[in-house]
Amino acid sequence: MNKYFSVVTAVVVLTSATFLSSCKKEGVAEGNDIIIGEYASMTGQTATFGQSVHAGAVLAIDEINQGGGIIGKKIVLKSEDDQSKTEDATAAVQKLINRDKVIALLGEVASSRSKAGGPIAQQSKIPMISPASTNEDVTKIGDYIFRICFIDPFQGNALASFAKKSLGAKRAAVLQDTKQDYSIGLANAFRETFRKSGGDVVSEQAYSSGDKDFRSALTSIRATNPDVIFIPGYYNEVSLIVRQARELGITVPLLGGDGWDSDELTKGAEQQFNNTYLSNHFSVEDPDAAVQNFVTKYKAKFQKDPDAMAALGYDAARILTQAITRAGSTDAAKLRDAIAATKDFNGVTGKITLNAQRNAEKPITILKIVNGKYHFAQRIGPNGETQTDFKTGDTPVTAPAK
Amino acid sequence: MGEILQQLVNGISLGAIYALIALGYTMIYGVLRFINFAHGDIFMIGAFSGYFVANAVSHILPTGSIGAVIVVFVASMTICALLGALIEYLAYRPLRKRPKLTVLITAIGVSLFLEYLSQLLFGATPRGFPEIISNHALIKSKAVTIDVVGAVVIITSFTLMLALRVIVMKTKIGTAMRAVSFNQQAASLMGINISKVITFTFMTGSALAAAGGVLYAAQYPSIDPLMGILPGLKAFVAAVLGGIGNITGAALGGMIIGIVESFIGGTFLSTYRDAIVFAILIGILIFKPSGILGKNEVEKV
Amino acid sequence: MRPQLIFALIFAGLIGLSLVTGKIDPYYYTVIIFIGINITMATSLNLINGFTGQFSLGHAGFMGVGAYVSAIASTFLTTHGLGTEVMGGVPVMAIALLVGGLAAALTGLAVGIPSLRLKGDYLAIVTLGFNEIIRVIIQNVDFKIDGISYVGGARGFAVPQLSSFLWVFGIALVAIYFVENLINSTYGRGFLAVRDDEVAAEAMGVHTTRFKVRAFVIGSFFAGIGGGLFAHFIQYITPDNFTFLKSIEIVVMVILGGMGSTYGVILAAILLTIMPEALREFSEYRMIIYSLMLIVLMIARPQGLFGSETFTRFFAKRKAAANKV
Repeated sequence: MNKYFSVVTAVVVLTSATFLSSCKKEGVAEGNDIIIGEYASMTGQTATFGQSVHAGAVLAIDEINQGGGIIGKKIVLKSEDDQSKTEDATAAVQKLINRDKVIALLGEVASSRSKAGGPIAQQSKIPMISPASTNEDVTKIGDYIFRICFIDPFQGNALASFAKKSLGAKRAAVLQDTKQDYSIGLANAFRETFRKSGGDVVSEQAYSSGDKDFRSALTSIRATNPDVIFIPGYYNEVSLIVRQARELGITVPLLGGDGWDSDELTKGAEQQFNNTYLSNHFSVEDPDAAVQNFVTKYKAKFQKDPDAMAALGYDAARILTQAITRAGSTDAAKLRDAIAATKDFNGVTGKITLNAQRNAEKPITILKIVNGKYHFAQRIGPNGETQTDFKTGDTPVTAPAK
Repeated sequence: MGEILQQLVNGISLGAIYALIALGYTMIYGVLRFINFAHGDIFMIGAFSGYFVANAVSHILPTGSIGAVIVVFVASMTICALLGALIEYLAYRPLRKRPKLTVLITAIGVSLFLEYLSQLLFGATPRGFPEIISNHALIKSKAVTIDVVGAVVIITSFTLMLALRVIVMKTKIGTAMRAVSFNQQAASLMGINISKVITFTFMTGSALAAAGGVLYAAQYPSIDPLMGILPGLKAFVAAVLGGIGNITGAALGGMIIGIVESFIGGTFLSTYRDAIVFAILIGILIFKPSGILGKNEVEKV
Repeated sequence: MRPQLIFALIFAGLIGLSLVTGKIDPYYYTVIIFIGINITMATSLNLINGFTGQFSLGHAGFMGVGAYVSAIASTFLTTHGLGTEVMGGVPVMAIALLVGGLAAALTGLAVGIPSLRLKGDYLAIVTLGFNEIIRVIIQNVDFKIDGISYVGGARGFAVPQLSSFLWVFGIALVAIYFVENLINSTYGRGFLAVRDDEVAAEAMGVHTTRFKVRAFVIGSFFAGIGGGLFAHFIQYITPDNFTFLKSIEIVVMVILGGMGSTYGVILAAILLTIMPEALREFSEYRMIIYSLMLIVLMIARPQGLFGSETFTRFFAKRKAAANKV
């Protein structure tokens, strides 16, 4: 028996030792390469977001490397999966920074994991760009943390004023995802603005990510006769919510945020999605050359349409590489300043300017879905002002030039 | 009033699917006395098999036709029955004489394996499930809406449950199953091939899970590799609630969970829905520790 | 060597090691801290699952209670004048962990009492249910004191960084020492009696329900402290950190280690924390490999790595073996 104990103990010790030594090798920077780190939920509960962002980032880096790289060097993207778990994200960021010696990080989608990884990046003075963490607090971690997506209050406010002014709604119902930080943030902002502008929130219902049946919540909402239903969720659930709402005979406009965006959203339910609106930075239908170029390349590489997460991942990687070019070096402080100076970057998710709070300032577009196609309805500027109103109802499929 | 009726209809169609998955848990528990944690993932594989089969046959049999529906069901039930037998043979059989907790960990391993493998093979992005049952409203009044898919789900589930009951009660293999579940050693002394019975149980349970998966996907046409976790858990709760090992109990438990969920889902308590479902389970088990229809086994010295 | 002496020596070693943790690569440091927390979690669950034979699938729930309550305490204290500037944050961390542990122990009591009539799988599903109830409740709690957000529902809760090598491994050592001493005491044999044969134990005058509830309370206390250490290390907690999937992770450590073998459970905790890290190179394949290894390990070694060897018995045996030679 004793021999067995020693053997197992030895195995555990050996595993630990190989683990320690195997990591040692990776730290060596390969001479002429720039190593960028990325931590994403490639597996686990929110794998769908992580995989999309990753695909977008890979596409951007490939493009740049095919074009000869930047400042005379090729870019290597080091990706770490975090299983959609906070503690794994912490370990992944530590590994990327300390073992792989990355010069910058592309952050997580989930705000909670950005907030776990952010402080480490900040302490190590490694710039981090989050493609899609919308919680306000993420960039408050410190001056090395950036994001390129909308923050929750901005989007929620824009949607509330759209519902009130453009749709003429007086009674709104809210159906939020209590498991998603993003959904709660949007719902809170929407409720506040909608009430302030004189509207009435008549019903508040909730679901959890992963739910498939929303009929009971929708049945309750139906009983309160709202003029509009705000559903700040992700497309995974929204595609079912909209179908079930229409099946229950709810015909009022349904409204949502950028989490709706996916080519899977309306598939097989094009009719049911009529009279629904979503806010977005981006649309695969956008005739803008940069967008179409991205969509074509993405389709060629991954055999599917990109969603909003992929577009954000693509933009995040390009903003980072552009900043490296402008900084002319990979020195952390210089790179940080270069990222902070990003102005009018022509991304596929809109013109992006990073402000003093290191948040993205970009216009938000409200789209109307007609027979499964996205039509432009309204464009709202970074300060909440209506930039263009495309008159909801009979808008052409064509988009205005950016 | 209309709302209550509608919630009841919603609850029954949800409960029917929970019941179908719960049956698999209960059968395997009845024969082997262990919780097959991977059952929810077999349900998921069933839905994905349905997806691929429906797409593959769509140019021969148009999606939505009766022929296509039958092919999809039979194919995915067969695939999962074989998968169930394979898992039992590779992962559980070597541990048959071992403590049940050991097998439980293996089952967790199998469950993780199926989930991560599917995330790699199919991608994590949810896919739209083809409309294998052409859907329109069957009854549409101001008070209550019942659509074709909902009706098909309820009818198919009940038919399958009845079929299972006939198999277990009337056939030779069913009698053998009951014998094994009653006393494995005695059954084996009576000349029953235990391994064969266990394999058959796994195949039947997995086939039912596959049918549940296809029905679930038809009702909620968005499938992803982790779709089995939550319904699997709820069905497990249903099986325990009804009295694990008891087939009628599983059906009853599934219905109760489905209906309770629907009613809570529509109230201000909806954010606490999952907690309330568990609280009800705990409440019932405290007063009836072996579930509603379970036999209370007194431990003998 | 007497066990007490071994523990004292290990503790001295820990203090020595803690002086050099600043020099370790932060990535290794992170993994080492997770190992320490997992040792505490697995050792405490081992008391419930391994020694007392009560199959609990809700350990992450107690961990969550401890994590959140201790985080509330430390956030409140640091914003009310008892921060890291007072004696290097030792008092605030000590209070936070204690409060977190006690809150978890109380929850353990609340879960233990109604559950004690249940056995086996029924107990498992009920504890899992409590785990989910705790998670859902946390998800719905959100309040502010002096403009500072506490708990934060699904948004999550920012926690000050207070965990250190010495805290994490000191607590792990205390947990191991406590559980080992308890089990080896005359009183503690009651736990083993409940596991081995409840009817016989009852007949011998062992108050089985009392032992079960005690196992739950003590196990939850350490799980709560483990949660506190976890929260104050990763600095940001959400209800999703404490789902039943986390409970399953801990259960796997206990069963793989060998139910009721402290030494095996510690090794399993180390092994299962390092395995996903060591497999990082395989990126998307790593969790597939991990799950396959789990299946293969269980088939190859169904009694767990160490059967039911306890820590002290392990050393006693070695001594006996050494004497023979």
